[in-house]
Amino acid sequence: MKGGVNTMGDGRRRWLRWALVTPYLWLLLFFLAPFVIILKISMADPLVALPPFTPLLDWAQQGWARLHLTLDNYLFLFQDNYYVMHYLGSLKMAAVSTLLCLLLGYPMAYFIARQSGRRRHLLLLAVILPFWISFLLRVYAWMGLLNTRGVINTVLMWSGVIDEPLQLMYNDFAVYLGIVYSYLPFMILPLYARLERMDHDLVDAALDLGARRRDVFFDIILPLSMPGVIGGCLLVFIPAIGEFIIPALLGGADTLMIGRALWDEFFINRDWPVASAVSVVLLLILVLPIMWFQRIQSRDGVGVRA
Amino acid sequence: MAIEAWNDPNARPMVELRGLSKRFGDVTAVDGVDLKVFAGELFAILGASGSGKTTLLRMLAGFESPSAGQLLIDGVDMTRVPPYERPVNMMFQSYALFPHMSVAQNVAYGLKKEGVGKAEIADRVARILDQVKMGHLSGRKPAALSGGERQRVALARALVKRPKLLLLDEPLAALDRKLREHTQFELMNLQDELGITFMVVTHDQEEAMTLSSRIAVMNHGRFEQIGTPEAVYEYPGNRFVADFVGSINQLEATVNRVDADRVLLECASAGCEMEVVSDAAPAPGSDCWVAVRPEKILISKAPPETGRVAVKGVVHDLGYFGNLSIYRVELPTGHMMKVSAQNRQRSATKTLEWDDEVYLSWEVGSAVLLTD
Repeated sequence: MKGGVNTMGDGRRRWLRWALVTPYLWLLLFFLAPFVIILKISMADPLVALPPFTPLLDWAQQGWARLHLTLDNYLFLFQDNYYVMHYLGSLKMAAVSTLLCLLLGYPMAYFIARQSGRRRHLLLLAVILPFWISFLLRVYAWMGLLNTRGVINTVLMWSGVIDEPLQLMYNDFAVYLGIVYSYLPFMILPLYARLERMDHDLVDAALDLGARRRDVFFDIILPLSMPGVIGGCLLVFIPAIGEFIIPALLGGADTLMIGRALWDEFFINRDWPVASAVSVVLLLILVLPIMWFQRIQSRDGVGVRA
Repeated sequence: MAIEAWNDPNARPMVELRGLSKRFGDVTAVDGVDLKVFAGELFAILGASGSGKTTLLRMLAGFESPSAGQLLIDGVDMTRVPPYERPVNMMFQSYALFPHMSVAQNVAYGLKKEGVGKAEIADRVARILDQVKMGHLSGRKPAALSGGERQRVALARALVKRPKLLLLDEPLAALDRKLREHTQFELMNLQDELGITFMVVTHDQEEAMTLSSRIAVMNHGRFEQIGTPEAVYEYPGNRFVADFVGSINQLEATVNRVDADRVLLECASAGCEMEVVSDAAPAPGSDCWVAVRPEKILISKAPPETGRVAVKGVVHDLGYFGNLSIYRVELPTGHMMKVSAQNRQRSATKTLEWDDEVYLSWEVGSAVLLTD
């Protein structure tokens, strides 16, 4: 009897161990391993060969392996301001888009969270619905809307509001539009999850204690939804900073985004080592906000939850 | 209360409702209620869920605006005044403590919004927290408090603003039984000390009876009866109140004749003639009900002394509760009567058993005549 219980316990424990180990294996295989490869390439020299970079170990001298590592590619990135401008451009694009998503998404998330039952589920479904269509197709759809002979220009010309088509595409405006449109759900969902859990009596209680509507928002609702705000911002900011498709399809020649520079380096210049260095630096730029978020999250876990 | 302000026609009410209504679409939650509550009262609104009591409370706090009627607090029309400008504070059933603020910050919040100076806030917060015996936990977050402690903080947060009226939504519902009794008396003492008018909303008749100076029994958005706990219990105005407050036996009857304050009835439920004392002179032949509280009934094997209303029956069920016993006695007509008897004598054996033939009797003045 006792033995039976024990084996069952062991079985469960083994199962649990696998359940815990699997995500780490996944990360090891699909995140850490590629990262190490990229890191290795970023420290190699370019070659006109296949693969187009020098190997890590050099066997040239009498059976001795020589470690071939260089930081030249990283130094190259900062030789002129080409890459720096692209990094800064990406940071600005991502920051402005994140702010726009927050300003648009917060009221939407609050509104949805305050609806009852069926309506709330329908509205939430409407937020998620675009995911059912390929991301690329949706960006192409925007091209159809925005180009000089697109839907918007045609309607405006036909109704006589404008005489000449507006240049809506191939500029920063179109990139902002594309990013905000694409990433808005990633802002709304964590905000909604947070706001939906908030006890509405807290709002009444604050009003009852003499707070105006504005005070209620800044004293109660916003602080309590802060983890949602930070989560949503990171979910928009991180993919937006490395975004390639949207600036490539909707952006102009002067749209500075690191994703495009990276693409050019890999596929046009075929300089894999420099391209790898670009992505390693990008990763470092992204790791900082993620670590900050982790700290906030763990602090929040102890304090706020009732 | 020493002076019963509600009996004084010249007394100025602290809260006055005039034909106050609230409709949500087709549903009328509160249906034209009139009420006067006087300074220093601990007034209870008693009703089942869906009776409209919570809506009424939310209108008093200013969270809902009335569809019709008027609401005055201390003589000032507050019908359209937003909650943050009312001299009213509320203790929520969920307590609604701000989870990201400490106990002291929670209590200070209302004063901060009022623009009270820093030194005064600190002083008033410390004082009220001592008053509710929470001074030692002022740095804690609400999540680290027990239910009883949260309740005290919620109370302190509402009281520190020195409102003219304090609203309490089911103040004791979230506490366990032991704590409830204790808190109940603390609440009464605090109210007495501060002299603030309290209005309590509750579905628990026991809570309403013990706490309050007066009770309004609410049903379908209207007040069925307003009165002191004694009046509501001993002189229920109608069958709903009689049934809702405490437990009661209701016997169907028809009026035979009226003789001054004595009404002679033909009681169908008991299958005999019966006498009741009543000021209402019902028309002979009209239907009515005789209502008797279980504890007003004497149960005995021997025939009772004359002058009491008596019926015969058979013990159908009995329950022993230590201090009292509850009997369910079946009358010859099949009607079931509930009787409760204090166990005054110490005895290890039951004096009455199942299927014993017994007499149920009560004083003529103990029964109530109800006409609707």
